[in-house]
Order: sequence, then C-alpha cells, then structure tokens
Amino acid sequence: MTPWVDVCSVDDLQPDSGVCALVDNLQVAIFYMPRESAVYALNNYDPIGKANVLSRGLIGDINGQPVVASPLYKQHFNLQTGVCLEDEAVTIPAYAIRIHNDRVEVNTRIMTADIAMDTTSSR
Amino acid sequence: MTVKQTLVVIGNGMVGQNFLTNLTASPIKDAFHIVTFCEESRPAYDRVHLSEFFAGKTAQELSLVEPGFFEQHDITIHIGDKASTIDRDAQTVTSAKGIVIHYDKLVLATGSYPFVPPVPGHDRPNCLVYRTIEDLEAMQSAAQSGKIGVVVGGGLLGLEAAKALKDLGLETHVVEFAPRLMAVQLDEAGGAMLRRKIEALGVTVHTGKNTSLITDGADCVNKMCFADGEELETDLILFSAGIRPRDDIARDCGLEVGARGGIVIDNQCRTSDKRIYAIGECALWNGMIYGLVAPGYAMARTVVADLAGGHPAASFTGADMSTKLKLMGVDVASIGDAHAKTQGAMVYTYQNGASEVYKRLVVSQDKKLLLGAVLVGDASGYGTLLQYCLNGIDLPENPDALILPARSDESVGLGPDALPMSAQICSCYDVTKDAVCQAIEAGCTTIGALKAQTKAATGCGGCAPLLKSVMNSELAKQGFTVNTDICEHFAYTRQDLYNLIMVEEIKTFDALLEKHGKGRGCDICKPAVGSILASYWNDYILKTEHLGLQDTNDTFLANMQKDGTYSVVPRITGGEISPDMLIALGQVGKKYKLYTKITGGQRVDLFGARVDQLPHIWKELIAAGFESGHAYGKSLRTVKSCVGSTWCRYGVDDSVGLAIELENRYKGLRSPHKIKFAVSGCTRECAEAQGKDVGVIATESGWNLYVCGNGGMKPRHADLFATSLDKATLIKYIDRFLSFYVRTADRLQRTSVWMENMEGGLDYLKSVIIEDKLGLCGQLELQMQHVIDTYQCEWKATIEDESKLKRFRHFINSDQADDNVVFVEERGQIRPADETERKHFTMVEVA
Repeated sequence: MTPWVDVCSVDDLQPDSGVCALVDNLQVAIFYMPRESAVYALNNYDPIGKANVLSRGLIGDINGQPVVASPLYKQHFNLQTGVCLEDEAVTIPAYAIRIHNDRVEVNTRIMTADIAMDTTSSR
Repeated sequence: MTVKQTLVVIGNGMVGQNFLTNLTASPIKDAFHIVTFCEESRPAYDRVHLSEFFAGKTAQELSLVEPGFFEQHDITIHIGDKASTIDRDAQTVTSAKGIVIHYDKLVLATGSYPFVPPVPGHDRPNCLVYRTIEDLEAMQSAAQSGKIGVVVGGGLLGLEAAKALKDLGLETHVVEFAPRLMAVQLDEAGGAMLRRKIEALGVTVHTGKNTSLITDGADCVNKMCFADGEELETDLILFSAGIRPRDDIARDCGLEVGARGGIVIDNQCRTSDKRIYAIGECALWNGMIYGLVAPGYAMARTVVADLAGGHPAASFTGADMSTKLKLMGVDVASIGDAHAKTQGAMVYTYQNGASEVYKRLVVSQDKKLLLGAVLVGDASGYGTLLQYCLNGIDLPENPDALILPARSDESVGLGPDALPMSAQICSCYDVTKDAVCQAIEAGCTTIGALKAQTKAATGCGGCAPLLKSVMNSELAKQGFTVNTDICEHFAYTRQDLYNLIMVEEIKTFDALLEKHGKGRGCDICKPAVGSILASYWNDYILKTEHLGLQDTNDTFLANMQKDGTYSVVPRITGGEISPDMLIALGQVGKKYKLYTKITGGQRVDLFGARVDQLPHIWKELIAAGFESGHAYGKSLRTVKSCVGSTWCRYGVDDSVGLAIELENRYKGLRSPHKIKFAVSGCTRECAEAQGKDVGVIATESGWNLYVCGNGGMKPRHADLFATSLDKATLIKYIDRFLSFYVRTADRLQRTSVWMENMEGGLDYLKSVIIEDKLGLCGQLELQMQHVIDTYQCEWKATIEDESKLKRFRHFINSDQADDNVVFVEERGQIRPADETERKHFTMVEVA
C-alpha cells in the first residue's frame, strides 16, 4: 500500500512560491508553478543555513533546472533531486508529490530521484 | 639590530605629506624615525581645491591626511611650529618654539609664498593673499562688510581666487599686468577668448594695468591707482601675482640657491648638501621652479626611491607642465610648447566665435610631432592631444583634423591601442597604461575597481574618459564580452527592464517574461523586476501576482534571522518617539518575549518573532499608532537626525522637523538598494549626514545637500551637491535625485557606486538634477509624486486582508510551531541557541 498523505487543497498553495507542510513529522516544503502545472516537495531544512526555511525561498530555473534559492545564504537546490547547485556534495531529501482531485498529496517514503514525476494521474 | 636613522621633513603641505605617504608605503619606512614640522595650525590640506571652501567644503574635508596617519606610522609631527634654522655641521634643525632635532636625512618641503608686488599701500587693511585656510577665513570676514573685490593677477591661481570672490557675493574685478589672461599658458587669441567668457560670467577684467598706489577709498576701504591714471575703488584686494619659493631657511644655512630664488637640486632632488633634499615649489631644478602639484609629487617619489638606495630610475628629469582645468565653468587647457617657441614650429588655429571655442596646435616642422596645444571653451581633446605630445606618437596626415569639429563619422581620436605601455594615463598619481592593464588582468573590470586599485582618475579626474577607453579596449582584447544582462532570463540590464516596463506599461512579471524573457525567472531577476514594478506602479507588493517575486523579507514584511525567525522594526520617523509610544513598543516586546535592540538608524529592532506571531505583533503595533518601517525592503530606511535648533545650543535649524517630513515623504519608495538619509541641524554634523545616500546639513544661509555617501563595507564620504537651499528647492532636488537613481541604477547598486560609474560623475548628476540637461526633471518629479500619493502601510493592508494572513503560519496543515527554533537567555533577554545548546535542550525535553 502506498502511503500518500493528503496535505492540503491546490488553492492553499502559493502560485510561483512555496509553503511548508507537516507530513509524517517531517517538515516538507512544497513549491507550485501553476503555468507548468508543476509541484515539487523538498525537506524544509536548509543544511547550510541550518534552519527550516526553504519553503520561503524564491523559485525559478537555472540552466533549465527548476530550483529554489535558500533565503538565508542564497544557494540553489534542484527541486527534483534536492542537489545543491553550488556544492554537489550537499543534497536534501526530495519527496514524491502529486495533485489528485485538486488535493495535494505527498509520499515521504519515496524519493523523487527514484521514481518518475507524476503530478496529474490518479493511481 | 640596526639603529634607526632620523629623517626630518620641514613642511607639511601637499608635497611634504605626499612624501610621507610614499615613504610610509615603501619597504624602507622602518629604517627611519620620522619627524615633521608643520608651520600651519593644521596638517596638509588640498590647496588645489581651496576655492571649494567657499562652496561649503570644510577644512576637515580638504584635509589630505587620513585620520590616525601620524600615530599609525609613528611620525612625530610638530603642528604650529615652524622650523627656523638648520645647523648643517651639527646636523640639527631648531624650531621657532626652541625644539632641536638631530637629523641624518633632511627633506625641505617648505613650498612657496604668494608674491605681493611692492606697491605702496600693499599692506593696507583688507589687502590679502590666497594660499592658506586662514587666508580664506580673512577673505570671508573682509567680504562680509564689503561689496567689491579685486584680484591682482590674471593667472591660473588668480582666476581661481576670482571665483572665490564671486562665490562670496562680491562684485569681482581681475587686474592683470600682462596684456592678457593666463599669459604663461595661453597665446593672445586664446587669452582673448577666455576674457570674453569670464566677462560674460560677470567678472570685470582689466589687462595691461600696472598698480602704482593703494590708498584710502571714498566709497570703499581701498582705492587702487594705476600707472595710466585710472582708478578703481574696492573693499578687498587679493594678491595672486605668482609664487616665490620659500628658500630662506636654506639660504641661511648656506645651501646653494638660484639667483632668483629656489633651492638648487640635482636629478635626485639633492641640494648642495647631500644629506639634504628639497622637493616641491621651494626647489629649483635646471633653472626651473614647478608651481604645480604633480611635479612636486614626482620629486617626492624620487626622494623615496633615492633613500631606498639609489635605484637608477630614481631621478627627476623635469615634468610636463600641461594643465587642464575648469575656471569659473570655462574649460581651459594648455599642453607643452603652447607659445610655439620651438625652432621651426608650425601652428594650426581653429576659432569659433559663435560657440566661443578656441583651439591651437603647435607641431614640428615636418608636421610629424605635436609640440603643444591651447584649448579654450572645449577641452575635450585634451587627453588625446596630451598623449600625442608626451609619447611622440606620429600625427595623422592632416593634424588640423585633431582640432576641427568632426564633420563626418570619420574618427580622429587616438584609440587607446595606439598608446605605448609606458604612456602615463593619470598624471596626478603617475599611473601608466601598463599599470592599468595589469590591474585589469588582476580582475579589476569596472571603473570603480580600477580607481580603487590604481588610484587613476581619483585626483583631478581629467583622465577618467581615457581610463575608461583603455579599460574597454583591454577587456575586449582579453576576450571579455562585457555582459550586462541581468541574468539568463532577460538579455537586458535593470535600466533596460525599467524602460520596457515604463514604455510598454507592463504591470506583471509574467507579462514581462512572456514578451521579453525566457524560462521561469530566478532569484536575481524576480526581485529586481518586483522592485521596478513597485517603484513605478507602487502596487501592494503581496498581491498574488507579485508575491512570488519578493525576497523572503518582503514576503513576510520582516527581516529573517539566522534561525528562521524574524525581526520587526516599526517606523520611528526622524528617531523622534513619545514616552507613550516607547512604552507601547516595550509592552509588545515583553508580551511576545522579543529580544530588543536599538538600531544605528535611531529606531528599535524586536527580534525572535515566529512567522505566525508577526500579524499579532503588528495588530498591536498599528493599534498603538506605529506603521511599517520597511527595514525588510530595498527602500528608504531611516532619516536620522540630531536634536537640532529646538533644543541644541548650537542648532541652526530644525533638523528633527525636516527629518520627519523627509521620512514621511519618501517612506515606502522601492529602490535598487536600501537608501539612508540624515539631517544635521548645524555643521557639527551630529547626525553623520555626510555618510548617507542623502545628507542635509543646516547652515545660516539654508540647507546644504550632500549625496551618494554610505557607511558599511566600503564607506564613502558624500559629495556636496548644492548649498544654501530653501526647503522647497531641497525637496525638489531630492525628488529628482531619487527618481533618477531608481530609474537608472543597477540592481543592488548603492547611490555611491551608481554615481562613481556614471560617465561624468558628480558634474553630470548636477547637470541632470539641477540644470535639467536631459529635460527629465518634470517626469522625475511626477514619478515621485505618484509614489507619495499612493503610499500605504504594507502591514496595515496585510492585517486588514484575511486572505493574506493565511500565509503567516509555519505549516499549511498544522498549527504547530517550528521545533528547530530554540532560545536561551543571555543578559536578561533571549537569543537563538547554538548547536550544542540545542542538542542539550532536546535531550532535556525528551527526558
């Protein structure tokens, strides 16, 4: 059984920005790009700034990769893989996320690096 | 262990100080114990820019000595004590106050004194000279009771002095013995053109006048009688008829001096006693006294090199006397052999009576080399001509093309590539093209960085255009394409984006991206565009379409701290706060257990607020009468003020009142970077206005406006922009200044760097803001008025809109707080726990 956790409605997300959700006792930063119908989920903890702040970072793309910039010291993290662009040795957990019947669901046991992104289907 | 030698320097003028600066920067500084005598009551100051004293510069600002310089380098300076005799056998210097110092090496930098013609009556009241700050103060007090002032001498310094008299509000005359102005530098036609231009500015010029007597006037203090029988009544007479070397101390101890004065020196600047050097205007080299500062500096460098062990290059072999300056707003330049005295020299002349421009080229007989030039009214060709002359570069086939107005797109300017590496770019600091190129290679790729590294263009600034063209050409050669795109999403500069938004009336980031960009944007272009949209349209920044553009501080209208909590700074205009408001602030701080600290901008910062607490804190603050302080934004921060004339014994005007008015006027203005103001109620400057982007200082005659200063990592002293302003004019100038900055600066560029990178710098800025050179001022004022009219407190707007408050919680799906935020107590207040404390805390909690 797949432990997808219902988090909130799509309307609760901030377009082109992030929010933070508590899922299985983990802080999960959720980012939403409505024009691409894309949602991303990363752990909210910034390992460089050592604080739970990533959901409050600016998002965008760099060389085609979707990224969030840490609001503390401005390093960029790939929204799909969690890899830090400035220092590849630093990676933060990235989680599976999907939109199902206008609800946002996160699965913290699946890292997106291992599975294909699925933001529309309703498996 | 080596014993230090004693080096005595007599004179702490511009050249004496330059010598000390060079010496202390050289490896041999530790070999000497340095003692210097300074006859004046203050150490070295900038005599070249002396007339700026009347435009509002203080003695402090004219100083050439970095604070703490003498202490830092362990130099003993005897201020207000003149060295009066030298005993060469005992190797001692004795001062007027009786101090006796033994020397191993002695440097004479005694300078010169103004020549006063021995006219009967030359020592009457209000007959003054123009050399020291004390002289200026005497002029100032003489001018207070007088109406008319005369300068005797129509040379370079005389015309500078005439400007000073005009600035003092006197009816000004210049009396010159020679048949023309600036007889040393200009030929007859050039002198005549200069005369017309100076007279058009309201100064009466009398040439060919020989003063025979000064006596009692009927209407004025003095009357000058001339050899031709004419008379001129005047209150103040200023002698500026040339300089004479101060060589008496050398003469008295038997050093060789010239027949007409001057201490004789050789190529190493040594006098007839090898232990004694002479530099600057007191020195006579090859029969010549150099009355300019650059040759004096060259001599100072020579002596330092000679002391270091006689490096073969350490010799002074004459100096170029070319000059370019602005006399009362008129450009004048003279290069090399301006009078065509060289055998066989040929002359080209261009004269334009309509636009009052005069140019003259002196070339060698074979028309291959430029020997000299004179420029009046338009000195823009100075840099190029000087390089031709100094470097012996072959002239183009038709040399006159160099002074004729460009009629086609055919370029006659000398490209920077044509200059040899040894070419001197900056004569004030002796910076060669080679040094500039090395600095560029080492990573200085902006004019600002080059100036800081090489000092080029930081003296008179005349070489700035040349420096820029050398830089651009070198960067191009090194394969740099100077990419000014803001980021990968927009192939435009911030200024381009501003113009696009303005011209095409674009109101959202998405619309701009769709039309002019690519990709999804990033943390560079989004806040930049967010700021431009906010400056131009002044929409509420948390509108859904703008929210994703803002930096985190702006999105939560507070300043994020290292642990993810926020600090809150309510506006306290001008730093004025009533006890009741202060109590209200204290109560909020206490209730939410916030760490409280006074900021440098005269307000209170409350730290440690969780994101969910922010709206509650602000509801209470707004109820108490506070509004947002915009400490989170790139916007106007504070207008600091001293208490001003309301309370202070020395206050000249109400600085607090003006500060509050200015802060209320510009609060909320979004800009490329933060903006700080200050207003001081008198020239004691307790508000430190000269370290701010906009600084205002009260004087007896109105407000003085300073711009483009800042503190921080690279402090910059502000520049005096305009003086004696009434309040309406002051505000008009600040409106225009800020609008122009917002419109044209780069992202995250403070006003200081903005101005330093502007071609033409301060003068250009003045021409745009004061003289409306671009015809933009009306627009700039309207733009500011729009921002003022549409101001709203962002916090008030936010707490009144329930839908906006939804974001102010840590989790979208839970009311829990961030468990990573842990405080400990220190000095009776909270602070974030460090990592060890955090571990300990968690353990305790689990147990």
